[in-house]
Amino acid sequence: MGYRDYVTIETPPADSMDIYVMGKQWMWKFAYPQGPNSVGVLHVPVNRPVRLLITSRDVIHSFYVPAFRMKQDAVPNRYTQISFTATETGRFQVLCAEYCGTNHSKMWAEVDVMTEDAFDTWIKDQQRGLAHRQDMGGAPGEVAPVADMATEGQKVAAEKGCLRCHTVDKAPMLAGAPSEQHIGPTWVDLYQRKTKLSSGETILADEAYLTESMMDPTVKVVQGYQPVMPSYQGNLTGPEAAAIVEYIKSLRSDRVQTTPLQGPTYEPITNR
Amino acid sequence: MNPSPTAEARVFPAKHYLNDGTTVRSWLLTVDHKRIALLYLISVLVAFALGGFFAMLIRLELLTPGPTIVGPLAYNRLFTLHGMVMIFLFMIPAIPGVFGNFMLPIMLGAKDVAFPKLNLLSWYLYIIGAAILLFGALHGGLDTGWTFYTPYSTTSSTAVSTCLLGAFVLGFSSILTGLNFIVTTHTLRAPGMGWHRIPLFVWGIYATSVIQVLATPVLGLVVLLVAFEHAFGFGLFDPARGGDPILFQHLFWFYSHPAVYIMVLPSMAVVSEVVCAYSRKNMFGYAAVAYSSIGIALVGFFAWGHHLFVSGQSAFAAGMFGSISMLVGVFTAIKVFNWVGTLYRGSITFSAPFAYICGFLFFVVFGGMTGVALATVSLDIAWTDTYFVIAHFHFIMVAATLMAFLAGLHYWFPKMFGKKYPEGWAMLASGIIILGFAATFIPQFLLGNAGMPRRYYEYPAQYQMLNVASSAGASLLAFGFTLVLIYLVIALFQGEYADNPVGSRGFEWLTQSPPITHNFETIPVFTHGPHEYQEVPAEMTEPSHAA
Amino acid sequence: MQPSAAAHEAEYHLPHHFSTPEAHNHAVRLGMWLFLATEILLFAGLFVAYFVYRGYFPEAFIQGAKHLDLWAGTTNTVILITSSLTVALAHHYAHTGRNRTAGWLLLVSILFGLVFLVIKGIEYHHKFQEGALPWHYTYSEVTVPGAALFYTIYFFTTGLHALHVCIGLGVLTWIMVRCFKNEFSAQYYAPVELGGLYWHLVDLVWIFLYPLLYLV
Repeated sequence: MGYRDYVTIETPPADSMDIYVMGKQWMWKFAYPQGPNSVGVLHVPVNRPVRLLITSRDVIHSFYVPAFRMKQDAVPNRYTQISFTATETGRFQVLCAEYCGTNHSKMWAEVDVMTEDAFDTWIKDQQRGLAHRQDMGGAPGEVAPVADMATEGQKVAAEKGCLRCHTVDKAPMLAGAPSEQHIGPTWVDLYQRKTKLSSGETILADEAYLTESMMDPTVKVVQGYQPVMPSYQGNLTGPEAAAIVEYIKSLRSDRVQTTPLQGPTYEPITNR
Repeated sequence: MNPSPTAEARVFPAKHYLNDGTTVRSWLLTVDHKRIALLYLISVLVAFALGGFFAMLIRLELLTPGPTIVGPLAYNRLFTLHGMVMIFLFMIPAIPGVFGNFMLPIMLGAKDVAFPKLNLLSWYLYIIGAAILLFGALHGGLDTGWTFYTPYSTTSSTAVSTCLLGAFVLGFSSILTGLNFIVTTHTLRAPGMGWHRIPLFVWGIYATSVIQVLATPVLGLVVLLVAFEHAFGFGLFDPARGGDPILFQHLFWFYSHPAVYIMVLPSMAVVSEVVCAYSRKNMFGYAAVAYSSIGIALVGFFAWGHHLFVSGQSAFAAGMFGSISMLVGVFTAIKVFNWVGTLYRGSITFSAPFAYICGFLFFVVFGGMTGVALATVSLDIAWTDTYFVIAHFHFIMVAATLMAFLAGLHYWFPKMFGKKYPEGWAMLASGIIILGFAATFIPQFLLGNAGMPRRYYEYPAQYQMLNVASSAGASLLAFGFTLVLIYLVIALFQGEYADNPVGSRGFEWLTQSPPITHNFETIPVFTHGPHEYQEVPAEMTEPSHAA
Repeated sequence: MQPSAAAHEAEYHLPHHFSTPEAHNHAVRLGMWLFLATEILLFAGLFVAYFVYRGYFPEAFIQGAKHLDLWAGTTNTVILITSSLTVALAHHYAHTGRNRTAGWLLLVSILFGLVFLVIKGIEYHHKFQEGALPWHYTYSEVTVPGAALFYTIYFFTTGLHALHVCIGLGVLTWIMVRCFKNEFSAQYYAPVELGGLYWHLVDLVWIFLYPLLYLV
């Protein structure tokens, strides 16, 4: 009864390309981990699985691409996700499908499915700032258009004081070395790491966990650490939090990985 | 038992509930359930006209892809009010308030409902709630959509709190009506009327009342929460303070999904009666139809999550809600099979109510099937929040509920007023309405499937042709309804006398038409069930029709 | 037998559409229970909101509970339970025909209810002073995420409950007046029973609210 298809749609493949989608009255903005921002046009390469991480700045919107039969609500203060693989190049309309006020019926965008080469060129052009300015831009306070999101995340993390407690040193940790010199878990290899919590359960450190740890750190405390982290709710904007997440994701020895890495020494190593 | 259509002409009764007191005060302070039913009839027809007027404006606006006759702010208010007025002021109160009030006590052999004064209070709460709602709509407006999702509704500058206060009062009206009917059904059945002899109309109203009593308080709460957040800044659904807009959706739909069964179960109840009367056959499977009403009511409580398939709930929850939603289709199908089984080889009286039943059956099958399709989670991703959903629920609400309302209005017109309606005009109007309905809403399925979202003031140009077709159909529909109103009002004053023109053996025809104020001089004793056409029940005690 | 007091004994009129007083009695009791069901569902939605937000922000709820006035909550609980007892006693006396005793017991219940409201008012006043307002949260003692939500839920649930206490007090007053007018007897005491049922529901809701808000 459609359940299997639904699960397929809702579960992105592990090697999906992530794109952040932000809906706000009455426009759609897109942010790429590799750096560019765009407003109103979502560029994706053909035949690559894409995962959209969708959120809203104000009220509930819904990201709807009729040609893809794809729709997911954009809810403020949380990320929803949906994945797709475009199989044909071309431009496809995006409509907002959750009533959001006066210009709900004009909150349109486009998905521009390009060939791999065209997409790579576009990314590079964006990063060099040479691209057509038509579909770039952001309000003041947004992530700067040509900055790599991970670099921006590094800047924000330093500004907000995250690096006072979390290390980002990629030097290898000694096996068996105690970790009390660090106030918080290291960010190196943190993304997708199986993390043991003080409650005893083991969770996967994905985007949701990282974002939650920023907003409500006392909910899930890593075993071996004190619950001293302050909450950043209200202190970090959506793009800033996303940038930090991207920065954390970049702190890996192998950038493209499909299996979670083994964490540092404070995590008890059980039989693997 | 009842005079056959060719019996000697009876005279219009001298004393009946309509001339038992003719002052305005005797109407506005009545505790007679039949008069209250007529008060409801006038009110819901006015509400329907108002909601229909908004609908016509919407369809006019949608004739062109860009602005046509109103601006976006006005359009957003139009569709919000169309929804609010139609749902809360027409669909929910209409059949229970009019036919439930009028027929239920008589069908049970009772002289009134259990709490007549509470019944009158229900009507006054309806009027007060409607007044508050419309006042808010006029002073400040409402542009949130009838579903008033947060955070848009809590941050909108329109008169959200006022309108929601009106909705709260209307909720009380609904609860008290349901409570009244449940108690009446339990305690005021005449001697001999066991649960297995209750007319199927009563079963349907009873199931509706259960939903009204259990689900409406949750709406009351949600309305209060949003009103307080909007008016006073309580931050229960404010994301910045940690609030969860999805919690609102869960609480809202926990009422609003059973609410659609409040709208449809009474219409099925009417259909059960009309089908039996107009085919002169007892219901094919009485127990199946009776219990499927209860089944729909019960299952309907657990299906609300199908409105949240794309809101980010877990896949597991989505799967559960999808499966449960499909279960409702099973009960509806049971009813449809039974109705068709009753019509088969029946002695059909081909007339306006029968035409409406045909329209009902045909369209409810499609409406119901699209419902099951929408419950298919993966398909719903494409169709939710588009015109496909709009077409689906209008198929049920207009084609099913409204046509059943019209069928009941015509079938029971002689009962309520003692007059005949003009059959020729009625048949013509029913044809126009059926055609107009199809022309209005079938294009909307295609529109939704092609990708047009709902609540759209402007739309991409490729959707224009279907929109024009839909608007044309709407004009036809409006013409049909106007026709019905005109000839019914004329028949009210100039129609010839009729008492049971189709020879129905429903229990409501045991009293004179129109009935006396207390329905029965002596309470009848029931020895068999309703709609027994096969044998003439010789031993049934008839109440005296003494005037 | 009734003492020949000033008030006359009201006659019980059987409504015309009921066949026997027993049927009438049964009907009004069924109606009342149905109405109580709606009240339970009204509060049920609030309890759902409570549990959802408790799941999201457990720390806020724990700390918020610590900062509520426990003495006030406990006293109120004792008061309300006692008033339920007096109402039950009043019901007992009413249906044995001893209207005056029932009336006095109802008066005691009403006074208890009023004390409940006064204590609640004091609590609210404390919270307003501390700045734990649902529309503008500035309470410095509890600053974990979700604190504003805890207090919003607190005010909403106790506020809605207090509203129902007021309604209950109105109902009890009306029944008390009728008691003193000598209207009830072994044949007819339904209003006392039904009013008592409503008051017991109000008490029951509080019995659930108190531990959820104050004790955990």
